[in-house]
This record gives sequence, C-alpha cells and structure tokens, in this order.
Amino acid sequence: MSLTGIVRPYGDTTGDGRVQLSFTLPVPFGDETERARAEGAALQLAAKMGMDPAMVVHAKGMGPDFTFFIVYGRVSHLVDLSAVTVTEREFPVLPAAEVNLRIRSALGRKLVVVGACIGTDAHTVGIDAILNVKGHAGEKGLEYYREIKVVNMGSQVSVADLVARAAAEHADAVLVSQVVTQRDAHLTNTREMSAAFRSGLGSQRPLLVAGGPRFDPAAAHELGVDKIFGRGTTPGEVASYLVHALVSQRDPGGWLPPGKERAGAA
Amino acid sequence: MTGKLNLDPAVVAQARELARLAGQPVTDLARTHTTVSVERAMLRLAGLDGADEDGMPWVNRLTDAIRETTGLEHGVALPAWDAMIAGGYPDLRTLAVDAAAGLAKFRLPMGADAGLAREHATRSVGAGVALIDQRRAERDRMIAATCDPPMPWIYLIVATGDIYEDIPQAQAAAREGADIIAVIRSTGQSLLDYVPEGATREGYAGTYATRENFRLMRAALDDVSRELGRYVRLTNYASGLCMPEIAALAGLERLDMMLNDCMYGIIFRDINPVRTFIDQRFSRQVHARAGIVINTGEDNYLTTADAVDAAHTVVVSQLLNEYFGREAGLADAQLGLGHAFEINPEVPDSFLLELAHAQLIRELFPDAPLKYMPPTKHMTGNVFAGYLLDAFFNLAGVMTDQSILLIGMMTEGIHTPFLSDRDLALENVRYVRRAAGKLGGSFRPEPDGFVAQRARQVLGEATGLLRTIGSQGLLNAIAAGTFGVTRRPADGGRGLDGVVERAPGYFNPAADMMEADQ
Repeated sequence: MSLTGIVRPYGDTTGDGRVQLSFTLPVPFGDETERARAEGAALQLAAKMGMDPAMVVHAKGMGPDFTFFIVYGRVSHLVDLSAVTVTEREFPVLPAAEVNLRIRSALGRKLVVVGACIGTDAHTVGIDAILNVKGHAGEKGLEYYREIKVVNMGSQVSVADLVARAAAEHADAVLVSQVVTQRDAHLTNTREMSAAFRSGLGSQRPLLVAGGPRFDPAAAHELGVDKIFGRGTTPGEVASYLVHALVSQRDPGGWLPPGKERAGAA
Repeated sequence: MTGKLNLDPAVVAQARELARLAGQPVTDLARTHTTVSVERAMLRLAGLDGADEDGMPWVNRLTDAIRETTGLEHGVALPAWDAMIAGGYPDLRTLAVDAAAGLAKFRLPMGADAGLAREHATRSVGAGVALIDQRRAERDRMIAATCDPPMPWIYLIVATGDIYEDIPQAQAAAREGADIIAVIRSTGQSLLDYVPEGATREGYAGTYATRENFRLMRAALDDVSRELGRYVRLTNYASGLCMPEIAALAGLERLDMMLNDCMYGIIFRDINPVRTFIDQRFSRQVHARAGIVINTGEDNYLTTADAVDAAHTVVVSQLLNEYFGREAGLADAQLGLGHAFEINPEVPDSFLLELAHAQLIRELFPDAPLKYMPPTKHMTGNVFAGYLLDAFFNLAGVMTDQSILLIGMMTEGIHTPFLSDRDLALENVRYVRRAAGKLGGSFRPEPDGFVAQRARQVLGEATGLLRTIGSQGLLNAIAAGTFGVTRRPADGGRGLDGVVERAPGYFNPAADMMEADQ
C-alpha cells in the first residue's frame, strides 16, 4: 500500500468506505412515532457527518429522554495520506517498566525527585496527583516507579527550604506545583524559585519543572525553568519527560545531570 | 455455603489468629491515643457545625484553641464544657467563635467542676449518638417500606464535582438498576485536615464530602427509592485525615456504606500510619453503631502490584481489616471486604486464577458482603475487548457469589463514563445474571484441581506473610514496604502532629459510648 496515496475506510472490500459509529441523542424512544423520529434524527447526524448511505442497526431508549444508536454507513470522504501531518512530541511517553529500566541502566541508582507547593499555596492536589502512588487519570504517581525516589515536601514550602532539601537529597529534579494565581503569584514564585536554584547551586542545580492549571507551557524559558506542565498532565508524562531530560542529555548549553562534567568548549 | 476448595479449617483458624496477633499491638496504640480528628468528631456529635468566614470549621477552631492552652492529652471535652459552663455560653458554636478570637478561657477542670463538665458533655454527645440511632432505625423503616434488593448489589459511581449535577445522575443510575450509588470525592480531600462545609459545586474529579452534600444526596435517593420500591444505598469515603469526622457525619445523615480501609491512606496517600490506625478504630466504632457497611480497599494493591504475585497480600489485608473491624464492633455483615479482577488477560488460565481467588475469599469470609471490583489495569482503549473482559468479571462474580459488584465500564481509563457506557455496562451484568445466575450452585472445582490448589496456595502464602508481619510488627512491616510497593515508616507521612497520647483521666464521651457498645 502506498503511504502517499488516497485511501478510504476499509469494511470488507477495498474502497467501500464503510465505518461504524455509536452515539447518544437526547431524544425519547417511546412510542412508534418517537422511535421513527429518533432514528430519523440519528440518520440526519450520520448524513451530516458524511455517511451516505447510513443504516441505524441498533437503537435503544435509555430512560425517558435519551436514545443510544449504532450506525453503519459509507463515508464519501477521501483520506489523502500525503497531507497527513504528525506533530512530533518532544519526548516519547514510556511505560513505567521502561522508565525504570532506562533510569537503572543510565544512572545506576534511583532518580531523586523533590516536589513541593511553594509560597502560600496550600493546594497540593496537583503535586499529589503527580507524586502520590494513588496518581491521577488512571496512572500511578511517581512514587510507584521503583527507580524514582520521591520526596514530597507538601505545601507552603519556602524557596530556601526547597533549595536546601534538594541539595541535601542530591535531587535530580525538582517539581513545583502552583495553583493559586492571584496577582500572578504563580509566576513570581516560580521565577524566585528558579533564581534561587541558579544562585545557590549553579550548574549543579537539578532539573526544574513547574506545573499548574494556569501556566503557559511555552513560558518555561522566561520563568527560568526547564519545563512547564499544564492542566491535565499525567504522572506518566512527567516520568517520561524526566527520563528524556535526565537520561538522554540535552543540548550542551543546557542542564546536565548532577555529577556530569560539562563537555569541553565544543 | 459449604466449602468447595477443601480449605483446612486449622489453617484458616491459624490465619485469623496470626492476623489478631499482628493487629493487637496497633489496637493497643489506638486505645491509648487520640487525634485531632477524633476530638473534632466528638464535637460534631455534640452538635457543633458550621465554619468561619474562611471556611475553617468551628470544630477545628475550638480544638486548636484548646490544644494551645490545655493540650489534648485529656481530650477537648473537659476544657470545652467547663469553659461553656464557666463563661455562660449558650452553645458550643458561641464558645468556638470566642475561642477562635482568643477570648475564651480554657483550663482542665478538677473535682466537682470536672464532674459537671463531664455530665454536660455526655448529655450533648448522647444527643448526637441518639440521632445516629434514629437514622439507623429510619433506614430499617425505609427498607421495610420499599424493599431490599437481592445480592449481588450493583454499585455505580457518580463524580461530577457538582452535587447538583450528581443528584440527577445518581437518580438516573438508580432507575437504570443501580442498588448502590457511590459519590467519588474530590481528588485530594483525604489530605485536608478539615471537612469542608455546605453544598459544593466545584471539585477535582469528584465532589467534596460534606454534611450538606450527604444530606442532599440521601434525600434524593430516598425519593427515587420510593419511586422504584427498592432501597438505593449511598456510599462515600471515610478515609484520609478526617476519617472519624466523616464517619460521624455519615452516621448523622444516614449514609449506608463507607469506604474505610485500615491501610489505604497509609500506602496510597502517605498519611501517618499511627494517625490512620487511631482514626480508623474510632470511625469503625461509629460505623458499627450507625449500621453502616464498610468497604475495604484491597483492590488498590492489585493496581500497583501484580494480581497473581500479590494475591496473598489481598488476603492478608482482608484478615487484618476483619480483625480491626470486629475489634471495633462491626458485625460480619458490615465487613464489605474488597478485592478485584485484575489479572492480566494474557496470562494463561487467568479466568481460573480469578475464580480461585474470588472463591477463596468467599469461603474465608462467608458472612461478609464482599465487594468485587472490575478490571481497570488491563482495560485498553479497545472498548470491545474491554466489554468482553467485564462480562468475564461479572461471570466470576455470580459464580463465586460475590455480594457487591462494582460495575465495570468499557471506557475505563479513557474518559468518565458516557450515559451509554453505563447503560451498556448494566446490560452486560443483567445478561450474565439472567444467563448464569445459578451457575454458582453447580460450580464444583475438582478437589485437587487447578482452582482448589491455587486457592490453597494463596492461603498458605497469606499465612506465611502474616507470620512474618507478626514477628516484625505491623508498623515495621508497613515501613518495610510489605503492602503496595511503598515504604511508610511509622514516624513519617502526614498528620502525625495530630496524634496525642492520652493522659490518665482522658475523657471523650463519644469514645466511651462507642466502647460501651462492644
């Protein structure tokens, strides 16, 4: 098969364009008239989605107000493979076993992560979702990873305490969560934190990661951190990023894992 | 039920005895200590409700003020009621307002003053405990007026974050066949050291457990129970740092079941082990009094550890939960011990292994309303395969006579269930019950076949682990990472600063009334 040509969905014959679809409409499915109207409504949606002909193979009332449909049909759309664009992710999301394996083989020790909510922010929901074994969105938190040592300092941690603890723990990465955004507190706090790590630990500073629902993920450089995670981030994404950043070394001007000498002036 | 697995009664008795030996020192710890949340729960039973303008409950304000002056070693009851009497306060709320402003004076009363404070405190707390008794009688009347559905009970979850959205969803789920509605709590509520107040409309992936939310949802389910002629039970979570208080609120508002595990908060939320065991004992005493069925959380171990390798840790935890539950006064019919269908479907004979585990637990705890949890770990985006796996879960559930089936969703791990996901899930379980509901009666594993041998093996491993835990001490075993994969030292985790050793003369009328029950 060509990867640059034109294709259609495949049911049982090349080019037949057949697909299946299921959905719910907020319409009743009671007496005969209602049933006919409900199926008509489903067919109208299918037609607008480009299915022609379409067939309602299953309709079922769910309570007095809703109907569930399964529809098969032929779509008229063509798929132009040459026009498919793939957004390259900065890093691959890895399963937990792979994260552990890469840390073990590259570092030969546990990867140390120190997490905290800094400033007056008492909302630990974000950092706990990433760090606690309980996790978030069906994924276990970083504590679940055998090769990651997690130090969760909790909320209202001062920047000075965070820097001291990160140094004492020989942290590879520091995760900071900021939920409160009054008067841009999350930005001020994050800048203060990154500056403190730079002045306190210099090139030995750990990887700095900030997260919270109101951050702009593109603002990492401006805030002096290595990475910003926004709303909906899962622990697996964070773990995969840590492996990407700490195990496969990044650009020479940037951060290097603790203990690694900077390469010569190449 | 007669045994199908040829379990050796001597081994079963030995396993129970080992669990008792492992748990006993922790019970002693709970009898000799109190926590800020146990004290606040007592104040809640005495009728102290509400919060200040920052949303901090008055029970917290009053407890903190007393702690700063007289300490908590003697309990808050003596200083609180003494200050009420001496200061001429009409109620606890007025006292708490003054206490928060630094205007109330507290001391540890002696002699006749102490006797008077004791008497007043006992009367106030007694009124709260009497209300719990009334709620329990009310439940019995509601069940008599509607009907108690046959087991297995179908357990469905709502979790919108907004109590006013949860209510119509819960009523719809009940009409679709749910026997139990669980309102998932907002993420992270377990780590709050106070119980939020009032009806709440915003939560993270769940709805805050508050007294008002409890009341609203129970009233809505009463309406739908009458409409359907079937009592629909309500479940919430007595876990986290406010476990005792939430248990009290559940009793006061007639919740029917509460998630309440002896180790979940320790392992999965890094709550201090000592705090957890003290809070757990008091909360279970309240549940016992309120006729609430607890649900334990062993299914969680299998989401972190391998469901075959760690099967015995589930049994160990169940035996510990049973020991702690009975010790706190819970009847076997109130022990909703948890387990789960989480074996990788790629493993050969995975269904036989699931049957062995489920049947083992059924036979170990014949009178417990076992709670069986559906697959989550091996649910992929392939919803069709997931639907099949859920059907096998339902089949294992009916074959091994499980009591509470949490209904699996084929879109588990993809998104919060669509209306249609829930409807299809119920269609799945209804089909399995109709088609194979009586299969359990004909299910007779060969005495020395694969299923029976596997069950005996898991029981043997559980007994071995209990022996290790007994010799190490339970707190040390938890510190060594025996459960889940996480090490939780007894002096680590959240909430240890809220633990206080009781002094001679410690007085807590709620604890005394619960203790007298046993």
